[in-house]
Amino acid sequence: MDFRLTDDQRALRRGVRALLEGRFGREALRAALDRADGEGAAGGRERADGRLRGDGRVLDRGLWRELGAAGFFALRLPEGGGGAGQGLPEAVLAFEEAGRVLLPGPLIATHLAAGAVAGAATGEAVVTSADGGLVEWLDEADVVLGDVTGAEPLAPLDPLTPVHRLPGAGAARTPDGLLVSLLSAAEQLGSAARTCEIAAQHARTREQFGRPVGAFQAVQHLCADMLVRVETARAAVYAASVTADPADVAAARLLADEAAVRGARDCLQVHGGMGFTWESDVHLHLKRAWTRTHRAGGATRSEEELAEDLVSGAV
Amino acid sequence: MDLTYTPEEEEFRARLRTWLAGVLPTLPPKPSPHDWPARRAYDLGWQRMLYDAGYAGLHWPVDAGGRGATPTQHLIYLEETEKAGAPYVGANFVGLLHAGPTVASEGSAEQRARWLPPVLRGEEVWCQGFSEPDAGSDLAALRTRAWRDGDDYVVSGSKIWTSHAEVADWCELLVRTAPGARKHRGITWLAMPMDAPGITVRPLRTLAGSTEFAEVFLDEVRVPAANRVGAENDGWRVTMVTLSYERGTAFVGEVVACRRVLSEVAREARKNGRWDDAALRRRLGGLNAEFRALWRLTQWNVSEAQGTGGVPGVGGSVFKLAYSHARQELFDAAAEVLGPDALDLGREWTLDRLSSLSYTIAAGTSQIQRNIVAERILGLPRGR
Repeated sequence: MDFRLTDDQRALRRGVRALLEGRFGREALRAALDRADGEGAAGGRERADGRLRGDGRVLDRGLWRELGAAGFFALRLPEGGGGAGQGLPEAVLAFEEAGRVLLPGPLIATHLAAGAVAGAATGEAVVTSADGGLVEWLDEADVVLGDVTGAEPLAPLDPLTPVHRLPGAGAARTPDGLLVSLLSAAEQLGSAARTCEIAAQHARTREQFGRPVGAFQAVQHLCADMLVRVETARAAVYAASVTADPADVAAARLLADEAAVRGARDCLQVHGGMGFTWESDVHLHLKRAWTRTHRAGGATRSEEELAEDLVSGAV
Repeated sequence: MDLTYTPEEEEFRARLRTWLAGVLPTLPPKPSPHDWPARRAYDLGWQRMLYDAGYAGLHWPVDAGGRGATPTQHLIYLEETEKAGAPYVGANFVGLLHAGPTVASEGSAEQRARWLPPVLRGEEVWCQGFSEPDAGSDLAALRTRAWRDGDDYVVSGSKIWTSHAEVADWCELLVRTAPGARKHRGITWLAMPMDAPGITVRPLRTLAGSTEFAEVFLDEVRVPAANRVGAENDGWRVTMVTLSYERGTAFVGEVVACRRVLSEVAREARKNGRWDDAALRRRLGGLNAEFRALWRLTQWNVSEAQGTGGVPGVGGSVFKLAYSHARQELFDAAAEVLGPDALDLGREWTLDRLSSLSYTIAAGTSQIQRNIVAERILGLPRGR
């Protein structure tokens, strides 16, 4: 047993991080946010639902193709089939990096469609998929999987995740629910790790009462608990990527959801008043984290699965 | 990210399982928790069995009489012994996991020859004299004094939270030998024979009603200077070296046990109807996630320790924070499942709920652990 990342896995993580930091750094994030925000504000045309909407697209298709060229979507396809022949652990590392930088778009649906939907693997196509009662990025997708009849747009909580509500109870399971849960947990993990870093960075540098606020134990302990949740979630997410066991995946998603949501909230708290501003990135992490918690049946389904696991199988 | 065990590791596991299956039925009945001499005899007897089978000091270095096992083998050992229901380390805890490793790492050849074999063979019990009434989280503030008189140190003061003091042969004792020096600099590590004149042991009753600890009062106790490990006034470093001996395996057996208990709690809920309460059911599901993750975090920390040659990072603090909290949550949930029976001390989970309260205090409170995580991992400035 050696649970640590292999050298190849470390290299893959470094590579994805370098690509995303170069191509989707803070400026690109804020530009995407402005595009999404401008949909409502800057003289767009009026839609049937009364909301304003511009003609501009939020997703950067050039970046999407670059992701395709870098193998982000084809990562798990066999090498002979245009893929990189990697497994779930590598996919989880890549999605963790996407979560760190709040990379927008239906990344999971497109990744899962690679090899099955033309253009998905190369990033030529943006693919989305109905997931329970919701579908993300419906208006910008080239290919939509699942039945989205009667989809109604919501004013999205996360400006960088437009969502439509689907009629009915929304109980329909996504065929790839397990993988959606796992890759979403990986994104949550990346976001949680990032908000922990941002909080610690702020606590080291922001001074009040003549010293860094991070010298106050009340602040230290918020940050320490953030890290505990990150590292516990990390162990669960990585292990689930190795075993692909449904109970491991359910555990991973629960812990990663919690690490991301509570991490973003605590990060916001550590930032004080600035954390409450639009200018800060912290709210983007929180809103995205909240959005991800609704995927693949949400926490309720995972908790019920894990409860059932306790009484059904061997421990 | 490899979670599979090597053929050697699997073979180690299989051999251990076979041995446990054969030997456990031959154990004498468990002694009463209140009968300390019987507990000592039982724990030493088990240690002797381990010794005879070649499992004693599994994680100790070979040149100290140990088996030089890898952290992963140690993990397997702890996992399998817990699953098989083997006795806990009990009275051998300090000898095997703290004092022994300290002597192995910092002691002279004579000291190693004198103290290590009896620990491995299950012949001598050690206790720990570190904490004091006024030196808990701030251990380096300890005030028990020792001064040199000929070939002896003369020791006066008091220690607290000393497990197994009533039945111990030796006490690993931290004393202050240079009162004027900065607090970490004036401390010395001594092995004190527990039959020396001037030692008074007073059992300390815990809120669970049992006497798991003792206070130890020292009134001009003479300890031979030859029993000093490391240099005079170098005891803090000597102690810290040993603390870094821990290789991510500290709570392996406990996590395995908690997962079993959680499953039993869920089955009890199914039996008594509490399972129909969706909120409680989901809470148990959430705990399943926690303990699954803690098991993976254990594997992670063990892998890290194996990769770095045995010195763990501060991952131990992260683990302890998460685990001690989860353990308390587990027995709170068990009480919820038990309903009115949670008031019955005859129910094992009720006693476990009480004892779980010590987990966020013992071996570094959760507050101290958070300081460690904040300052040493996250690089926040030292707070006060």
